[in-house]
Amino acid sequence: MRSRTTDPLHRTDPIYAAIFVIPTLAVIAFIAFWPLGQTFYNSLFKFALMYPQNKIFVGLSNYGRLLQDSRFLNDLWNTIRFSIWSVGLETLLGMFVALMLNRKFKLRGLVRAAVLIPWAIPTVVSSQMWRWMYNDNYGIVNNILLSLHIVKNPVVWLAFPSTSMPAIISVDIWKTTPFMILLILAGLQMIPGELYEAARIDGANAWQRFWSITFPLIRPTLGIALIFRTLDAMRVFDIVYVMTKGAANTETISVYNQWTLFTKGFIAPYFGYGSSMSVMIFLIISIFAFFYVKTMKIKLD
Amino acid sequence: MKHKRLRSFFFYIGVAVVLIYFLFPFYWAVVSSIRPASELFSAHQSLIPLKAQFKSYIEVFTQRPFARNILNSTIVAGSATLLCLIIGSLTGYAIARLKFKGKMLVMLFILSVSMFPQVSILGALFQILRSVKLINTYPGLIIPYIALTIPLTVWTLQNFFRDMPKELEEAAYIDGSGKFSTFFRIVLPLSIPGLVATGLLTFIFSWNEFLFALTFEQLPNMYTVPVAIAMFTGYYVVPWGQIMAASVIVTVPLVALVLIFQNKIISGMTAGSVKG
Repeated sequence: MRSRTTDPLHRTDPIYAAIFVIPTLAVIAFIAFWPLGQTFYNSLFKFALMYPQNKIFVGLSNYGRLLQDSRFLNDLWNTIRFSIWSVGLETLLGMFVALMLNRKFKLRGLVRAAVLIPWAIPTVVSSQMWRWMYNDNYGIVNNILLSLHIVKNPVVWLAFPSTSMPAIISVDIWKTTPFMILLILAGLQMIPGELYEAARIDGANAWQRFWSITFPLIRPTLGIALIFRTLDAMRVFDIVYVMTKGAANTETISVYNQWTLFTKGFIAPYFGYGSSMSVMIFLIISIFAFFYVKTMKIKLD
Repeated sequence: MKHKRLRSFFFYIGVAVVLIYFLFPFYWAVVSSIRPASELFSAHQSLIPLKAQFKSYIEVFTQRPFARNILNSTIVAGSATLLCLIIGSLTGYAIARLKFKGKMLVMLFILSVSMFPQVSILGALFQILRSVKLINTYPGLIIPYIALTIPLTVWTLQNFFRDMPKELEEAAYIDGSGKFSTFFRIVLPLSIPGLVATGLLTFIFSWNEFLFALTFEQLPNMYTVPVAIAMFTGYYVVPWGQIMAASVIVTVPLVALVLIFQNKIISGMTAGSVKG
């Protein structure tokens, strides 16, 4: 028995590990951590993107302004609203379809492939497809509702706060439920069939079997899926940008942030302010991720 | 018996509803892309188009730099995927097989990036890329995409390497083969299934990414496909026929990928989330 340090197979490991690992670390440091630091640095100044020479140090005052910015607070609430509805509904729908696909039946492969399509196509493309379906004059949604006499006049879906947010949420649900379905399905398929047989012999009905076997066993998978999806939903940008550009009270924090940095802050001195918003979004999402992981009691290896 | 039949009847109705729900928007895009304008811009459109024409498809390529946009997306997503796989597989291998200090820390450093909200580095990354003259270039998008996709790549590949039998590598070492040549001659060829699965996810992510592409590529000639499609506008009306045609053009290859590599994509998607 040789000790690890003298094991000839592993003697040179640290050197090779360094060579193998450094490119990854370098890319991440250069593209993620350096900009993050720089964003914080920018947030301490008042300046425009095009005129970095006219920088005025303002300390943390951008953050004070941010907390009093009613547009930011409203957009934060929009983002939370969007995330809760979207993730909540797609979890329910995802669970339902996953339980369905967990049965063996003809066409199962076809359904599984079909489900992948909304997930695979670019979000911009799915947003455009749905924007067309929600079109007030020529969209199929109004077309169907009118011919079924559910509505009397065409609904201008994307122009009013009461309908625009639900419309946007519906697109996100369509687009991301597949992810939920496939994750939950993978979790379901790891449950040994004998468990169900035993429960059936004990006289448990379908509902009892779900709550006593299925749900506890897929809880870890569900937890991870929820974390991924909620973090994604909190960052939503594409759907809102394409469908309304934030009009009709659908603006989310990412959309407002991008606009502040690159439209407002391009020549007007708001780039530093936008950077403080970026830092705030980073903090909100990190805190959120931290507590989520904690409460879900998930071991990330 | 009757009861069972009724249940399976309702079950298949449910299956049909699910299929229609997920496929209809795509069907509608195809139908809208081949409808003549007179039919497209009318309040009552038939479920099946009465006449078909491909004018919108021709216009997409003649009135816009859409061919160039497809080329841009292919170059960016292709290079990002290839580079990410090379760098990521080396790192994944080091984490799975080599013994070194601080492995946990390295993994944590890499995985933490997957939680980064893209928008929170957007402004500063723009400044950095501009200072090294990478705005409106391919590398200006390829390098950020590598950073965004590498956490998942490293994570999935290290799981994959861990599950591979060690004996072949050990035999190679005993025969005097070095770490590099063992990795490239023995390990990589054996991990092609894992590379394909992660590569597909990286490619789809890079092909679909919008926020960075919108910000770092500001010339219509450098737009990637999602940016181009988001920016489609006309002089008087929104060119819906063209938007739908373009959407169909970029969706078809993805649908093909999905149908061919269904199992690979699903295993890539669920790897790590289920096993943990």
